[in-house]
Amino acid sequence: MAAGDRRAGLTSDGRLIERPLSPHLQIYRPQITSVLSIMHRFTGLALAVGAILLVAWLAAVAGPPEHYRAMARFLGSPIGLLLLFGWTAALAYHFFNGIRHLGWDLGLGFERAEYHKTGKAVVAAAAGVTVLLWVIGLILW
Amino acid sequence: MAQKIEASVLRSPLGRVRGLGAGHSGTRHWWGQRATAVALVPLAVWFVGSVLGLLGAPQEVAARWAGRPWHAVLLLALLAALFYHLELGVAAVIEDYVPNPLHQRAGRLVLRGAVALLFLRGALAILRLALT
Repeated sequence: MAAGDRRAGLTSDGRLIERPLSPHLQIYRPQITSVLSIMHRFTGLALAVGAILLVAWLAAVAGPPEHYRAMARFLGSPIGLLLLFGWTAALAYHFFNGIRHLGWDLGLGFERAEYHKTGKAVVAAAAGVTVLLWVIGLILW
Repeated sequence: MAQKIEASVLRSPLGRVRGLGAGHSGTRHWWGQRATAVALVPLAVWFVGSVLGLLGAPQEVAARWAGRPWHAVLLLALLAALFYHLELGVAAVIEDYVPNPLHQRAGRLVLRGAVALLFLRGALAILRLALT
């Protein structure tokens, strides 16, 4: 769609109005703010899929032994490990960026220098925690 | 001047705000998302830490861990907060990318059904471990 497109909308008191349509995402140059925001949604969706795995694991723990063995085999397979690694990274990112969001909800960190700094900190913390958890995990496994 | 506008639409500002946002509801979802986010911070740390200790564990060990009263309670709390948070998040994605209102409503119903079934399946597993 071109930047000048308009679409019909309603005002809060019910009148029909024409509103300009904002340019689509591809038009904009990626910035740390927009990229991290998209990543928050993307990791959230990935974690939603991961929630299915969590329920499947709980069901396997409570289920018959062959069910649990199959689950353990799947999680230990290359695909299982890859899923678990992605899930760890998504959780770490969504966790730290979620805390950043809660800070914004309290009115903190809205200055440009601040949200750039906290954004970089979130990425660094997520990467660090992901690697740390996997180093500990692979030692314990 | 503001009063003049109110009089002309015969509706109080509160009445206009209630139920007329883009999501056709008030701030309940906003609060629910934040409240569950705060709850999930300690619950996620606890769960990830616990699972690290269960890596490669035989079934009996994992089952005994999940079946302890407080562990079962925290697991149920984790599932409840997680699925509530998850539904609000995915619903927001549906609202953003599904313009047709009928499809949007259908998508939210399917989401609600899937979330309810998954939560109940997880809760059943936890209760079985705690009560047997």
